[in-house]
Amino acid sequence: MFVREVRERLVRYTLVVCASTSILIVLLIFLFLLREAQPFLRSPGLGALLAAEWKPKSMQQVSFGLLPLITGSLLVTALATAIAIPFGVCGAVYIAEIAGPREREILKPFIELVAAIPSVVLGFFGLVVVAPLVKGTFALPSGLTAITGAILLALMAVPTIITISEDAIRSVPKAYKDASLALGANRVQTIWKVIVPAALSGIIASIMLGMGRVIGETMAVIMVTGNAPKTTLSPISSVRTMTATIAAELGEVPFGSEHYQALFWVGIVLLLATFLLNLVAMRVLKAYRRA
Amino acid sequence: MRLQVSEQLVIWLVRLVTYSMVAVVGYILFDIVWKGAGVLSWTFLTTSPSVDGRGGIFPAIIGTFYLVTGTIAVALPLGMASAIYLTEYAKQGRLTGLIRLAIVTLAGVPSIVFGLFGLGLFVLFLNFGTSILAGSLTLACMILPTIIVSSEESLRAVPLALREASLALGATKWETIRKSVLPYAIPGMLTGSILGVGRAAGETAPILFTVAAFYLPNLPRSIFDQVLALPYHLYVLATQYPNPEQVRPTQYGTALVLLLLVLGLNVGAIVLRTHFRKRYRW
Repeated sequence: MFVREVRERLVRYTLVVCASTSILIVLLIFLFLLREAQPFLRSPGLGALLAAEWKPKSMQQVSFGLLPLITGSLLVTALATAIAIPFGVCGAVYIAEIAGPREREILKPFIELVAAIPSVVLGFFGLVVVAPLVKGTFALPSGLTAITGAILLALMAVPTIITISEDAIRSVPKAYKDASLALGANRVQTIWKVIVPAALSGIIASIMLGMGRVIGETMAVIMVTGNAPKTTLSPISSVRTMTATIAAELGEVPFGSEHYQALFWVGIVLLLATFLLNLVAMRVLKAYRRA
Repeated sequence: MRLQVSEQLVIWLVRLVTYSMVAVVGYILFDIVWKGAGVLSWTFLTTSPSVDGRGGIFPAIIGTFYLVTGTIAVALPLGMASAIYLTEYAKQGRLTGLIRLAIVTLAGVPSIVFGLFGLGLFVLFLNFGTSILAGSLTLACMILPTIIVSSEESLRAVPLALREASLALGATKWETIRKSVLPYAIPGMLTGSILGVGRAAGETAPILFTVAAFYLPNLPRSIFDQVLALPYHLYVLATQYPNPEQVRPTQYGTALVLLLLVLGLNVGAIVLRTHFRKRYRW
């Protein structure tokens, strides 16, 4: 009997330790980003990140202003979200309410597959096919622009939006739908005036989670946005996002230099931004599920 | 009557938007398969790349294989154990809440941040250098949430009655889990981990600074060596050569191999999932 009890305890403790590694990893991520970034606090000081320009390699005056990188990320994310919302919401409504059961069985796994396409493959497609298209359409000298990146990122956000929105739409009580139809509303009126509003917070959460994925995406962006760190809101201008900056520059900087530390600060800003976005989205989903 | 026409119109519009998206994705897949298929050959798959960007991708395939194996060897046991704890043992409480928050946070961390973290912890602090070990550990941290969540799902699908019956016969908790729960849950858990493998095989950002080599015609000898990996190799081929047009066939070939690998794993997981769902109908 004694052996059995010892074994039970041993198993239990092992499992607790394993389950706690997730907490450990999250703590280590924060810790090690800060560890590499912290010498920057003494010199040149955190204020240097507020400068207007990102010129880490300038001969005259280096400048580590995050502004152009943040606007770059925001611009691309906003454009991608704007493109993804109609496709995502229509897709979710179609799969949940309009498609037949057979059609749904095919469409749902297909959407899951889209989410699985490696971002570097999408980036490659963007580089070879989408960029020349953008270049031709807007008569630009180069097709590597914010909008090119946004088109690809929208493609990555859509599966997230569809999967979670569809879930939200399907969990709207059937009584709502029946009541609406019984009152003489047709299918379309029922969908847009009853079902979608009832599922709205789930849909909003799905959009936020999609944005979280977009803002953190690296490879597709680095390959097609042109990588010019400038502060602009023009969709057809070349921009550089926070993720692309880290990926493009970290490989070439000397370890421990100010530039190296600045890149870790970019990582910290990125981590906090996605963390907040996900936290709010989870809260919305949770509140919605309880209701 | 007018109402009915507009109703049909809206339904067709929603259908059109949905299928236009399907068409775009279909075109992407078609483009890569069409232009990549001509490049695929036994030589392409089994020879080393040459300096000018042409040649085969054998070291990249092997490199990705090593990375994925290392990743799954770390992430699978950890993820399964976490899931068993969360579904079978954990009570509502502070620790459980913290673990759940950590998993959600981890799932949302951008892949490039995992790269920074891997560089700071594994490459520099633990002094593994840019190596298979550092890269695998970084990728393992990244796919851990995927494995935990899908393992939990398959554990929860096992009916409570099975556990109650086993406990009523005098089995201890662990004996119950091992003999009455896991045999039914393991297929589902493995299916979920295939999805994790697919993600690890396709990601580029986490391996940029932890393992991937720019150009390396040789195969690795130990877990402390650098490797070529398919996704990073594609990135290098597509962006780092002065004449990308000339390397285009190799780029398409590499993209196709990567796509087939990742989508193959995902289709496999979906098929297996349907298969097991049909087999156990409680």
